[in-house]
Amino acid sequence: MRTLLAVFTKEVVDNFRDRRTLVTALLMGPLLGPMLFAFVINLSIERSLSNVDSTMQLPVIGAEHAPNLTRFLQSRNIEVVDGPADRAAALVAVKRGTLDVVVLIPVEFGEQLREGSPARVELISDQANTEAERDARRTHNAIRAYSQQLAALRLVARGVSPTVLRAVNIDEIDVSTPSGRAAILLGMMSYFFIFALLMGGMYLAIDATAGERERGSLEPLLSLPVTRDQLMLGKIAAACLFMAISLMLSLWSFFVALKFMPLEQLGMTPNFGPAVVIGAFFILAPFILVGASVMTLVASFTKSYKEAQTWLSVVLIAPTMPILIVSILNVRSQLEFMFVPSLSQHLILVDLVKNEPLNLLHVAISITSTLAIGALLTWICARLYRREGLLG
Amino acid sequence: MIVVKDVHKSFGKVRALRGVSFDAPDGRITGLLGPNGAGKSTTLRILYTVLKPDHGEATIDGIDVVRDGLAARRRIGALPHGAGLYPHLSARENIAYYATLCGIDKATIDDRVDSIIKQLEIDDFADRRTKGFSQGQRTKVSLARALVHDPQNVILDEPTNGLDVMALRSLRNLILKLKDDGRCVLFSSHVMQEVAALCDDICIIANGKVAMAGSADGIRERTGCDDLEDAFIAAIQRVGAD
Repeated sequence: MRTLLAVFTKEVVDNFRDRRTLVTALLMGPLLGPMLFAFVINLSIERSLSNVDSTMQLPVIGAEHAPNLTRFLQSRNIEVVDGPADRAAALVAVKRGTLDVVVLIPVEFGEQLREGSPARVELISDQANTEAERDARRTHNAIRAYSQQLAALRLVARGVSPTVLRAVNIDEIDVSTPSGRAAILLGMMSYFFIFALLMGGMYLAIDATAGERERGSLEPLLSLPVTRDQLMLGKIAAACLFMAISLMLSLWSFFVALKFMPLEQLGMTPNFGPAVVIGAFFILAPFILVGASVMTLVASFTKSYKEAQTWLSVVLIAPTMPILIVSILNVRSQLEFMFVPSLSQHLILVDLVKNEPLNLLHVAISITSTLAIGALLTWICARLYRREGLLG
Repeated sequence: MIVVKDVHKSFGKVRALRGVSFDAPDGRITGLLGPNGAGKSTTLRILYTVLKPDHGEATIDGIDVVRDGLAARRRIGALPHGAGLYPHLSARENIAYYATLCGIDKATIDDRVDSIIKQLEIDDFADRRTKGFSQGQRTKVSLARALVHDPQNVILDEPTNGLDVMALRSLRNLILKLKDDGRCVLFSSHVMQEVAALCDDICIIANGKVAMAGSADGIRERTGCDDLEDAFIAAIQRVGAD
């Protein structure tokens, strides 16, 4: 026990003194993730919200053929401006991206309206351009609204109630809560937490095997009257400490970052207060042991620090794969998933953020199975640490 | 007292040791001499238990290195070839870390570390971080940390590599002092003069076998060469001819 403590203390002191490593482990992972997340979310919220009511300029060719439509568009904050000279020029301009949307009104538009036959307009846009797509949709909706208004007027003129066109009226009732809607967006955040958690211990895990070997300090260490198990366990324990610090930091920095995200504007209220931060820590904590032992395991197979870094960057991605797949497929919590580390933590975390009652059985299985897998991996690590090949 | 009996060791197809036997008694300095790749390091690594022999046995003060590695390690202070320090810890912390791992009482660790620092004359740089230490400083600290638990047997793998004249001299004095304390000192080298100047017993290893063993004079006599370097070459060539 004393040996284990000595190894643990030495590794912690050593790692704290290594500034560069410390910055990568405790700043990059926990702080960069949430900041990036906040930045991207803010940007997308801004883009989707701020433009709805702003005045949009719409180049129209042949606006003089449809004065009423032009006035209608004006009333919807769409300012009609002169478009390119002809259709060919419009196509080129949109293709090049100099114009987002162009509406072309043919000469016969007025005549077709008078006859009551469908009047044709052309909406030229590039569907592959997301920015342009929003303006195109807005223009499309405005013109359709104009069309519906005209149709209703025509029916009224013939003495028919416009409501006959509405055989079925759909009332949408949304049962999602503001926290639930936020969970859709925040579902990916467990990715950041697990990433930060692994980053926190990565350098220590490399240092424990590949690093010591490369430095030549492993051999004298192994010649001391201590068992290799004790050395290895002390190193894994130290890695766990740093991973816990990194996890705690990333949870708090996420908590702070959320305050700067105008999620309420999207009708989302993230349930991510201090209590959830602490709860999330305990849900994710068992994964620390799995992460520390997997990284030590992988690093002990590598021949140099560089090689270990390369392999461990693969390990950083591995536990986030199930999370990605589940987020894309939008799978709900199931009992079987609770046996899978990282996936179970993600699913429980999502429930936590949705403010739904936690399934205590799920939580219990997640914690015990993750800890059991962590213990098993640690045991395998200890076995591997005993082999001669460790010296490389 | 270190006893090695008919030790064999292979790495895959490479037969590193093909039956090495020798004794290194207490109160004497035993030198393992041999060209690069002869099997010196492999032999020493088996003695400080980081490798296991395929065949044969080795004992430290009568303790078998395979059966009771932990007890054997307690009686050894080892300086592996190219031993590295922890660059973020000071020399003193490096030594104290090993002292703790060796199970020295908390109360006496500081005294013990102080005395070894004084003994090896590393006071000047004891509290500096070891990053950027010279080879000589590094060797001294590595040696201090190997000796901190006062081991009866001292195993040094090419300790003189990369040392300047001054550092070499202080290392030589230290080794002689260890001998005077009645310890068993076993060290390897590929430099003839060094071994001749320091060792009571010489064991020449070539091709994974002991080519010749005995005192410097005995070896000169048996090879019929007056010069020890010629004797060394002659002994190695004998093994090569087998």
